[in-house]
Amino acid sequence: MKIAGLRLATAGVAAAALVTMSACSSGLGGGSSSSSNAGGGGSKTLSLLVGQDPATLKSTQALIDAFQKANPGVTVKFDTRPGGTQGDNLVKTKLSTGDMQDVFWYNSGSLLQALNPSKTLVDLTGDPAVANVDPSFFPVVTQGGKVYGGPVGTAFGGGILYNKDVYSKLGLQVPKTWNDFLANADKIKAAGGGITPIIETFKAPDTWTSQLFVLGDYYNVQTANPNFAKDYTANKIKYATDPNAIKGFQKLAEVKAKGYVNSNYGSATQAQGMKMLGTGKGAMYPMLSNAVALIPADQAKKIGFFGIPGDDASKAGATVWEPAGAYIPKTSKNIDLAKKFVAFMNTKEGTDAFSQGTPPTGPYLDKGYTLPADAPPVAADLQNYINAKAFSPALEFLSPVKGPSLEQICVAVGTGQTPPQQGAAQYDQDVTKEAKQLGLPGW
Amino acid sequence: MVTESRPGKARVAGRRGDAAPGGSAPQRARTKHGRSALERTYTPWFYVPAGVIYAVIFIVPTVMSFYFAMTRWTLFSATFTGLDNFKQFFSEQALRSGLWHTIVYAIVTSGLKVVLGLLLAVLLTSTIRVRGLLRSLVFFPVLVSTVAVGITFGVILTPDTGLVDTVLSWVGITGPDWLGNPNTALLSVALVDVWKGVGLATVIYIAGVLSIPREYYEAVDVDGGGAWHKFWNITLPLSRPATFSVILLSFIGGLRSFDLIWTMTGGGPGFSSDVIASVIYKEYQAGFFGLATAGNVVLFILVMIIVFPLFRWMNSKEVDL
Repeated sequence: MKIAGLRLATAGVAAAALVTMSACSSGLGGGSSSSSNAGGGGSKTLSLLVGQDPATLKSTQALIDAFQKANPGVTVKFDTRPGGTQGDNLVKTKLSTGDMQDVFWYNSGSLLQALNPSKTLVDLTGDPAVANVDPSFFPVVTQGGKVYGGPVGTAFGGGILYNKDVYSKLGLQVPKTWNDFLANADKIKAAGGGITPIIETFKAPDTWTSQLFVLGDYYNVQTANPNFAKDYTANKIKYATDPNAIKGFQKLAEVKAKGYVNSNYGSATQAQGMKMLGTGKGAMYPMLSNAVALIPADQAKKIGFFGIPGDDASKAGATVWEPAGAYIPKTSKNIDLAKKFVAFMNTKEGTDAFSQGTPPTGPYLDKGYTLPADAPPVAADLQNYINAKAFSPALEFLSPVKGPSLEQICVAVGTGQTPPQQGAAQYDQDVTKEAKQLGLPGW
Repeated sequence: MVTESRPGKARVAGRRGDAAPGGSAPQRARTKHGRSALERTYTPWFYVPAGVIYAVIFIVPTVMSFYFAMTRWTLFSATFTGLDNFKQFFSEQALRSGLWHTIVYAIVTSGLKVVLGLLLAVLLTSTIRVRGLLRSLVFFPVLVSTVAVGITFGVILTPDTGLVDTVLSWVGITGPDWLGNPNTALLSVALVDVWKGVGLATVIYIAGVLSIPREYYEAVDVDGGGAWHKFWNITLPLSRPATFSVILLSFIGGLRSFDLIWTMTGGGPGFSSDVIASVIYKEYQAGFFGLATAGNVVLFILVMIIVFPLFRWMNSKEVDL
């Protein structure tokens, strides 16, 4: 009797186990939604969906305050969403169910393409909402010749953040070639004092930070082959077989093999990495320039930026990430007010308000914008690359093809589990998978 | 698999048990209404609400998942692609290592739960002080949320400054980066899983050990055997039903393990603690809904292939006390 009962219980639990498993497919969490009442009486409410990191929240609040001041009677409410792939799912779900806020902020470039903008978003081509936007931004929010968004925040660089105090103490120069970079790392290591030459942070969910050596190297790839993005999208060129493209993976493996990396890289987070850099315990960190918002302003003043060095000193440059976009869903009931808000974001009052929340870590892509004098040094360093035209947008803004497993592959290469050649080949397969799932021609 | 074996049992229970609890009710039914009333205790309409819920929530999605597994599915639209998704899924490099990690994880966790669960059950059925308290303490981790356990142990296992490495440094050992080192990540998570799950195994074993009649132990005493003989010749073989339950439950748990791994390592570093469930989850995250559904269909079939024969074999080995 007892045994039979036990058996039945086992079967029941096992069945429940299977049910839970198949329930994975419906596990999308719906975010909180605020209703938007277009209601009469002159008072209007606009709803906004933004990211949830502290810097974004501060900027959002400052921006909303400024907008409400400039437009009496208008109330702006905002909701937040998680970042990363979880946020991607939420945005897609909200769009497909018609539950999206009046304005939402989301990545530009390849991720935007996956939202099917021609069906879901309001066309802003030639609209006053984006009249003040620098035209260099439009390609990353364009699909089928139509513009769907305005920029959110500044452009930022992807390369190496370095601690200027450490550099000046050891008499180091900003490296112009990869060999100079390695020589600098070597000197920092030899100088001792517990300073880590190169910081890496592979702990989930900050695994994405592992990709900087590969993605940030794109300027060098494009300099060697200006048609790379086009050929890459058309499946004519591969990371594993292109002699320049594979260098990003080799660089990632080399810094680990030479022992420049902090010993706890496997369990360090981005916040810890930035703290190491800000306090001078680490000298260089492959990172996005907007990460300086994570450390106190007095530490941010000591942080500089340079692009991932290539082989030719005369062609040194940097890879630039475009700002995210502000989009209006077709299901919005306040499209006119939403357009007004997007337009306001690209005025001087709008960008000034945004900068109150987050100091600019690169230039705003608005016509005639100049950096304020008190901006963190990384912004000026990036502006110099842009002024000298020694920059390229990151590959994800030039091609819809980006494999989803790059961060894991980079960690595997960066920890020495996978040789760079094999890692690049794995990434090519990953990209093939993405392209097939997107149904791109030629794959 | 197991679900399929249930309808048979459920029907038996329906004939006998559903009418009323206890053995006398069916007999009464038979005398009053005859045999046909026994066959059909309720009118068909009575089954409709449950049937509709079962169909809408379980049968329809299951059948749909088999279709969507063969499409390129973006939530907005689905394009039929035949078996491409399965081809893609099986050619994935993460799948091979993921499969291997899944099996290692399932074997390590279920093996340790069996051994530790039995030993703890023997301890906790002996005549020791505060037995009730100790039993509760062993079971306590089962009640804690898996995600909370994952986050807590993530902190405890932090290199250099974490609790474990600090304690190890007192005795002069430099602990590894438990979760950040590809060689130790999977096993570290498996050990935490054992800590969390051993309480359930212990409770099942306690039930099993307590159900062994005292006479057998008295017989060993008469024959002059010691504690070891009692354990080896009585407790171990006669708690076999409990052993099978523990193995089956923890093995299935191990095969579909996801939450703990995801919160502790995210499948990393790299792919070094990726299991099938996390591979599939990442497909969903990337928006490859069709591909991920294909992965779930594969996982469904895989669990069926492994667990159903195991279940049958274990049932055939069960003994009567």
